Amino acid sequence: MNNQGSHIVKTTTWSPGPGCHGGCGVLAHIKDGKLVKIEGDPDHPMNQGRLCARALAMTQYVDHPDRLRYPVKRTGKRGEGKWLRITWAEAFDLIEEKMNTIREEHGPESMVFNVGTGRDIYAWICMLAYAYGSPNVMFGLSGQACYGPRLSAVITVQGDFAVFDAAQWFPDRYMDPRYTPPECMIIWGYNIHATCPDNQFGHWIVDLMKKGTKIICIDPRLSWFASRSKHHLRLRPGTDSALVMGFLNVIINQDLHDKKFLERWTNGAHLIREDTGKLLREDDLTDTGSHGNFAAWDAENDRTVIWESADVAYRDSQASPALSGQWEVVLTNGDTVRCHTAWDEFCREVDTYPLDRVEAITGVPAKNIRAAAELYAKSKPASIHWGVAVDMTPALTPLVTGITALWALTGNLDIPGGNVFARFAFDVVSYALPGTTGPIRLKTKEMDKPRIGADRFMPLNKFYWRCQTDVTLDQIFTEKPYPIKGMWIQTAGIMQGLGMDPKRWKKALEKLDFVVAVDLFHTPTTQYADVVLPAGTFLEKDSFRSWWVPLQSINKAMTVDECLPDVEINFELAKRFDPEYGYETIYDLYDDILKPSGMTFKELQEKGWAYPPEGSSSCPYRRHEKGLLRPDKKPGFRTQTGLFELYSTLREEWDLEPVPHHEEPPFTPVSRPDLAKDYPLILSTGRRSPAFFHSEHRNIPWLREIDPDPLVEIHPDTAASHGIGNGEWMWIENWMGRARYKAKLTPVVPEWMIMASHGWWFPEKEAAEPSLYGVWESNINQLIPMNHHGKDGQGAPIKHSMCKIYKCSPEEVNHG
Amino acid sequence: MAKKHEFGLLIDYEYCTGCYTCQVACAQEHGWPAGMGGIRVSEIVQKLPKGKYYLTYLPFPTELCILCKPRTKKGLEPACVKHCMAGCMKYGPVEELAKEMTKKARTVLWVPR
Repeated sequence: MNNQGSHIVKTTTWSPGPGCHGGCGVLAHIKDGKLVKIEGDPDHPMNQGRLCARALAMTQYVDHPDRLRYPVKRTGKRGEGKWLRITWAEAFDLIEEKMNTIREEHGPESMVFNVGTGRDIYAWICMLAYAYGSPNVMFGLSGQACYGPRLSAVITVQGDFAVFDAAQWFPDRYMDPRYTPPECMIIWGYNIHATCPDNQFGHWIVDLMKKGTKIICIDPRLSWFASRSKHHLRLRPGTDSALVMGFLNVIINQDLHDKKFLERWTNGAHLIREDTGKLLREDDLTDTGSHGNFAAWDAENDRTVIWESADVAYRDSQASPALSGQWEVVLTNGDTVRCHTAWDEFCREVDTYPLDRVEAITGVPAKNIRAAAELYAKSKPASIHWGVAVDMTPALTPLVTGITALWALTGNLDIPGGNVFARFAFDVVSYALPGTTGPIRLKTKEMDKPRIGADRFMPLNKFYWRCQTDVTLDQIFTEKPYPIKGMWIQTAGIMQGLGMDPKRWKKALEKLDFVVAVDLFHTPTTQYADVVLPAGTFLEKDSFRSWWVPLQSINKAMTVDECLPDVEINFELAKRFDPEYGYETIYDLYDDILKPSGMTFKELQEKGWAYPPEGSSSCPYRRHEKGLLRPDKKPGFRTQTGLFELYSTLREEWDLEPVPHHEEPPFTPVSRPDLAKDYPLILSTGRRSPAFFHSEHRNIPWLREIDPDPLVEIHPDTAASHGIGNGEWMWIENWMGRARYKAKLTPVVPEWMIMASHGWWFPEKEAAEPSLYGVWESNINQLIPMNHHGKDGQGAPIKHSMCKIYKCSPEEVNHG
Repeated sequence: MAKKHEFGLLIDYEYCTGCYTCQVACAQEHGWPAGMGGIRVSEIVQKLPKGKYYLTYLPFPTELCILCKPRTKKGLEPACVKHCMAGCMKYGPVEELAKEMTKKARTVLWVPR
């Protein structure tokens, strides 16, 4: 208690409120139960006292007059905006009754549980869905095209995810003697402005720049980074995969790669049969051989040598496997086949991307690609950080595995200042991202069988525990192979934010028998719910965060009317749907999840945050060498071979291309010259604003004043040729629809593309249809289709489409 | 006699990323409604030779900036300086900040009203 009569609660940001992926330490000043001030915690290693605009605006957020403060149920038709206040008991009873009816009549999988991005919800929505019995937890983007696909692609070849190293693993951060800043860093499709860097802290890169880190920026826009970069590679959107092949081409052909890593830690020496084009496996060579073992050519002894995947070693430890060459191998059936190495296969693909070809595809001059690739490869250490642009393309896996190969082949994997394995702190998993499973899971594997898309898309089958979004939307209409009858939507905006082709999502919601929305404010999406429940901000809950390091507690500082934290809402219902649910309180559940840390929730709360000690699997460096990655503690990676797979064994088994390459996306001037005649401009979307987290914060005055209107960035010459002036309203249109935006004339975008912001709706406008808070006015997702996801069910063409533009008529400007 | 304009704000505009933290930090500290505040961030896009551009953000103290006197009296930094995400703002005596400027290009020293 200080002299103003307020007391300070130390806590951690995550989602409701600032909206972001969280992790910053804050001091919440509470007086008479109200938030009077919030500031950055100077002692917290993550943000070191700094704090973003969104977190600093929390006083306008928690007490906002429009906040949902008690449960309501719909009284009019969907979209009429008529609500009746009910008690929590009534709300829970109603939900229990309706969802039980769906479960009894159609099975638990007929309820879909929709979640927004990166929130402190994933664990708790899974808890509810799984207790109810449904495997269908859905992230609303087409192709789930944010972060998860990237993780899943990296895990496919590397076993564990990796992120750029800013010493975030150590309480003393940059001062820790184990740490070295990178000499060079590639910023790939990522704009620091908006500081939601997938669980990192964007301004760490500024810290590194001050320490001398040189920047290579890969972005069609002139971002802040780009203007301070050594090399700005201004590529045509959707051609990132060609560019990465160009980088690999320069690095490999100039012999700039790390041969020791290549030989010791990759499957480059493994043999590929030229008759089938597939890996030679032990069962090809002997009847008793294992299908999971592979073979290399022992050049010393002129014979094959078996790679024992389970041992992460060659059977003959003296063998010297060749990385390159062609040999004849006799199979178990007596046939002789020619084989070459996986490394030769990888290089053969890379060699199809000479820089003149890469220049032709990407639009980036060959000499700039060469210079950038040389700088990256010669800088020791060097790291890469990437944004959502890498997920928002259908062939994201061939792209992401190419970038992953870059950091591996340059010897930058899990070294100080490189790309470092990102594991949940102390291996405490609540939020089971692709590649992990935690204590929150379905009771039986059988219950996971109906998960939508898991039968067709192998990453979803293997390690990505969500349903496939595009197929789910289709299934709502087709009801095949089973009907979807209800949706639980928790702090997610399928109509104003995540949903491509959002009018189709609206029709889908209209078709459902029962919809629950949990949110902090009414949104266009909540208008289609039967019951709307008021969620609490991060200041109103006890929770914790292990994504990635440190392990942190989130500590309840206040309550707001009848609002409840998401976790408490879901916990109550989980117990109702599963009479055998194993926990009495959320704290029992927390203690169970936290077990690997050796701490109870209360003990963690007392510390505030905790760093995994040296020698644990969530503390760097060189963990693949130390045997800290695999459950069997053997040196190596958590992949099928135990190696970094330049040639993906999983992708081969899934009948997908095992090596990185470029695929032209579906809607570009190159793939669709027919459309380019009518829609000559490239439409990129998702322009970030530091004031907003996606579709949130349009109602927070301090934030809205920073970015009051839906902006589209357009080059001054392009605007001039269309008679559009700065600040004038214009239409962006393509074959799917149109949206109205305010022109921001700026040379940060090239002449040939425009960059539209996303997530726009207008909380100040009428809620009821047809207005729906103006959600159809400036919603760029109306121009982007569903069902163009990647071959593995992941990724979607969200950042590269095509459009035409024209000025709004005076009547259209005044309307709305 | 005390100098009238003893303190100022040193901005390193090489590193200001335009995150607008300073604006909201100020509004919160002083209770300004939207539309008012002690600091405003401008965006400047400068064309350079060879088709290059330089993107600058520049925080500018307005007529409402009092250099957080109630905070600095207590030995605290101004709210904008404390929260600056890029760590590109510094508060201090004008003479000291002016000396620092001689060591770092792309800086500007403001002495608000």
